[in-house]
Amino acid sequence: MFRPVLRSSTRLLRGTTPASFLSGRLAAYRFLSQEARSQIQKAVTSTPVVLFMKGTPDEPQCGFSRAAIQVLELQGVPQEKLKTFNVLADQELRSGIKEFSEWPTIPQIYVNGEFIGGCDILISMHQSGELETLLENNGVIPKVEETPAQSNSAAPAS
Amino acid sequence: MSTRSIIPGSVELSIREKLTTLLQPASLTITNDSWKHRHHAAMREKDGGNGETHFSIRVVSAAFKGKTPIQRHRMINSALSEEFNQGLHALSLETRTEEEITQASG
Repeated sequence: MFRPVLRSSTRLLRGTTPASFLSGRLAAYRFLSQEARSQIQKAVTSTPVVLFMKGTPDEPQCGFSRAAIQVLELQGVPQEKLKTFNVLADQELRSGIKEFSEWPTIPQIYVNGEFIGGCDILISMHQSGELETLLENNGVIPKVEETPAQSNSAAPAS
Repeated sequence: MSTRSIIPGSVELSIREKLTTLLQPASLTITNDSWKHRHHAAMREKDGGNGETHFSIRVVSAAFKGKTPIQRHRMINSALSEEFNQGLHALSLETRTEEEITQASG
């Protein structure tokens, strides 16, 4: 679905000198056409949780993407609220999403259209409990009513 | 483990130099994990997976004070945009301040 729109922006990219491409975020921002940008904007808001990954949830093609999908599964994100895009199947999306998020690596996670981060951030938010709170506050997973355990909650009782 | 090199490569040295300048870190550990990804399709094309494509970076710096994880990662990502452009593929980042380390161990 991204192919036609993104093609024009990649062509532009190829035509630029490496030096101008290096000049950072502002330059990268310009490479993405308005049309491509609005397509991706539509994609990241199409469902509450959007994951751009390598491969599919059943067959991730990269350890970082695998970790990201596992965290989302552990959090109990329901399937109907999660959409994944395989960037390996669409080269234009792969470069487009990096420019859109101004983030150089895959996976990338969005919650209600807001960029959350990559694999490391997702995992550390998972460990700290921030991810659960974020997903609850965004209505992705139901709020747990019981009072959360105090400081020792990080280590589950066995 | 003949594929692992103890001598830092040029990308690693350049990462160290740029992050040292940017963050004036209290500590900076860079580990080249590229060998772990040598079977990774994208990496096979690059020096048989024996190159400098994947790094873990643990950095402690006062420059992270008051910044969210995303902002911290962005600082590093944009400082290394040249490396990303030239084949750096993935960074695993641990970005903390000295206070956060004290809190975590206390």
